[in-house]
Amino acid sequence: MTRWLESERLLATLLLAPAVLLLGLFIAYPFVMGVWLSLSNTSVGNVGEFVWFRNFVKAWNDSIFRTAFGNTFFYTFWATIFKLALGMWLALLLNRSFRGKRIVRATMLLPFIVPTVLSTFAWRWMFDPTFSVLNWLLYQTGFITTKLPFLSDGTYGMWCAIVVNTWRGMPFFALTLLAGLQTISPDLQEAASLDGANGWYRFWHVTWPLLKPVTVVVVVFSIIQTFSDFQLIYVLTGGGPANATHLLATYAYQIGIATGLLGEGAAISLFMLPVLFIVVWLQLRYVRRLEGA
Amino acid sequence: MQNPELDGHGVTSGVTRRRFIAGSAAVGMAATGIEGILAARRAPAFAQGTRLNILRWVDFIPACDIELKRQAPEASKALGAEVVFEFINGNDLQPRITAAMQSGAGPDIIQMLHNWPHLYQNGLVDVTDLGEWQGKDQGGYYAQSEAAAKDGKRWLALPHGIVGLQFAYRKSWFDEVGQTSWPKTLDELRQVGMKLKKKGHPIGQTLGHTFGDAPAWAYPLTWGFGGAEVDKPGKKVVLNSKETVEAVKFMQAFWKDACDEGGFAWDDTSNNRAFLSGEIAATLNGASIYIAAKRGQDKIKDEKGEPMVKDIQHGPIPNGPAGTWAYHVAFSHAVMKYGKNPKLAKDFLKWLHGKEQFGKWFLVADGFSVGSTKYWEQSPMWNTIDAPMRIYRQAAAASRMIGYAGPPSARATEVYSKYILTDMYAKACQGTKAEDAVKWAADELGKIYG
Repeated sequence: MTRWLESERLLATLLLAPAVLLLGLFIAYPFVMGVWLSLSNTSVGNVGEFVWFRNFVKAWNDSIFRTAFGNTFFYTFWATIFKLALGMWLALLLNRSFRGKRIVRATMLLPFIVPTVLSTFAWRWMFDPTFSVLNWLLYQTGFITTKLPFLSDGTYGMWCAIVVNTWRGMPFFALTLLAGLQTISPDLQEAASLDGANGWYRFWHVTWPLLKPVTVVVVVFSIIQTFSDFQLIYVLTGGGPANATHLLATYAYQIGIATGLLGEGAAISLFMLPVLFIVVWLQLRYVRRLEGA
Repeated sequence: MQNPELDGHGVTSGVTRRRFIAGSAAVGMAATGIEGILAARRAPAFAQGTRLNILRWVDFIPACDIELKRQAPEASKALGAEVVFEFINGNDLQPRITAAMQSGAGPDIIQMLHNWPHLYQNGLVDVTDLGEWQGKDQGGYYAQSEAAAKDGKRWLALPHGIVGLQFAYRKSWFDEVGQTSWPKTLDELRQVGMKLKKKGHPIGQTLGHTFGDAPAWAYPLTWGFGGAEVDKPGKKVVLNSKETVEAVKFMQAFWKDACDEGGFAWDDTSNNRAFLSGEIAATLNGASIYIAAKRGQDKIKDEKGEPMVKDIQHGPIPNGPAGTWAYHVAFSHAVMKYGKNPKLAKDFLKWLHGKEQFGKWFLVADGFSVGSTKYWEQSPMWNTIDAPMRIYRQAAAASRMIGYAGPPSARATEVYSKYILTDMYAKACQGTKAEDAVKWAADELGKIYG
């Protein structure tokens, strides 16, 4: 018994087992199941047969899929740019000392804390085609003479979704970048000031290089979350009008869960995998390079 | 003390051995259905703690859900099992069905809309006995109900009701623009809609991803111009036709000239809200607008301060070049195969769909939901109901099923679930050429039927 307990190999196995079990159960199994589904013609109530890559080919030839694929890149690109720019701006502002700083910081968290479904419902009411408070406001203040088609036009709908995503995701950027900013020694800023650097130069040559590692990590996390976004689109537009705002996740849901074509739905969602894999690979490479430096 | 009800042989007093044996056999034979319960004069011996879960949509007439909840304890008493209703948004029913079937756990009975039973047939218990019973008991089904729930000879679900969809319109606003009766043709509807839109009262129609109002317009419009999804055997896609292109061209003009263009993003409740707040002059809908205006007449007023309900009338979809058909939504209840008590579930459905219980629910629905069988056309309710509601009495008879002209099938449900016909019109109204929109939809149908 003592010999058993003293065995390092056994102890290591025992200690690792729960983690391996959890990973296997909650990550590996669903993933393998998803891959199997995508290679089969499983539909609701019917056990599928292996069909090789037929679902992927069918998805690629599907015009709605292509729209959703393009939309996912467009949505992720612009939402990430806006979140980064506004989050950085907010972080720089909050890094200064002013009265009520703590209250402002706490308030800023609100969009992040409120459940996405709830906040998106509120936005949906604001963009409502008939009763939009924003339209009313713009009309009353004389900016518009006819209603803006916030959610009833594909292009407007996509930009509305980007606005809501930016609103919701900006605090995450701001807070993380703020944490990064606070690790930068004020002495460096002072030294740069004494050397005659103006605000922009100080940011570009002092703050930004030191903040870059944090920024990269935040951007990568955000890309992953935004690329696979579901709740926001599902509640705000449901992928409409005429599929103009579908993302890969919402279209996969419509095909796989609502229509019951589980194999095809799984294939659509797996199209996200290579993109996210590249993003994660780039991030790991960057982090390793930093560690090596 | 001797039990007064028993004689020396342990048999109920006044009952001979022969009668007892005959009675027991009858009870045993009948025990497969509600007759068994009635013959035994007590609830069947289901295991203690047995629960029957029923999943339904949130009804547009809240009183209907209240009536079902009221009936639940009665059902529990009659069946000896706890009957529990759950109500969710209609748009969320299909995802719940998929999740329940794939995990093999969930509600024992799920409400089905349209012809969904065909899509989910492998997960449903055969209810042919109930289907045949209800048809015979209640005067025969409407073709719509049968097409929705019957696959050849087998009943996949038990038809419950039909929600008829008609245009609700503001009589006074139509009068103001010189239209004193409901338009007879689609073109007339467009002309009057043009005048109404100019006066700030457009017609409201959703072309969004909704489960009821959008297909109830998109399908009949196609049929009204002579278009169809597939040929009669259901083998060949025939959507890409001159007739469908004409229907789409009409919709493009109708949309621009007469409709509230926010309709692209409307759900099934948006037109109700827009109508009741005086934003639109007419909309294709169930009778829920009229019923809500009637039940809330203290609050829902027109611009003169009068109860709006006095100004609401109903009219059918006007004639297209090939006539007029409606698409009224059929509802049914399906017993799920994964359920632990299929017999109990079927007993419950027989109880719920029986004349007594359904009759109470039917009265509460006030014409919004009509029966799936013709028996309910004879209900005395129709003699006392408000005049604008009488149009719903026999409306269900004039309905076609999605997937026309083919037989009902899972493929037709797939087309519906992907909103292909709705999106065909939505694309065209957003600027795609009519021919291209029809070709796109026909190609999508080809992938499904191919």
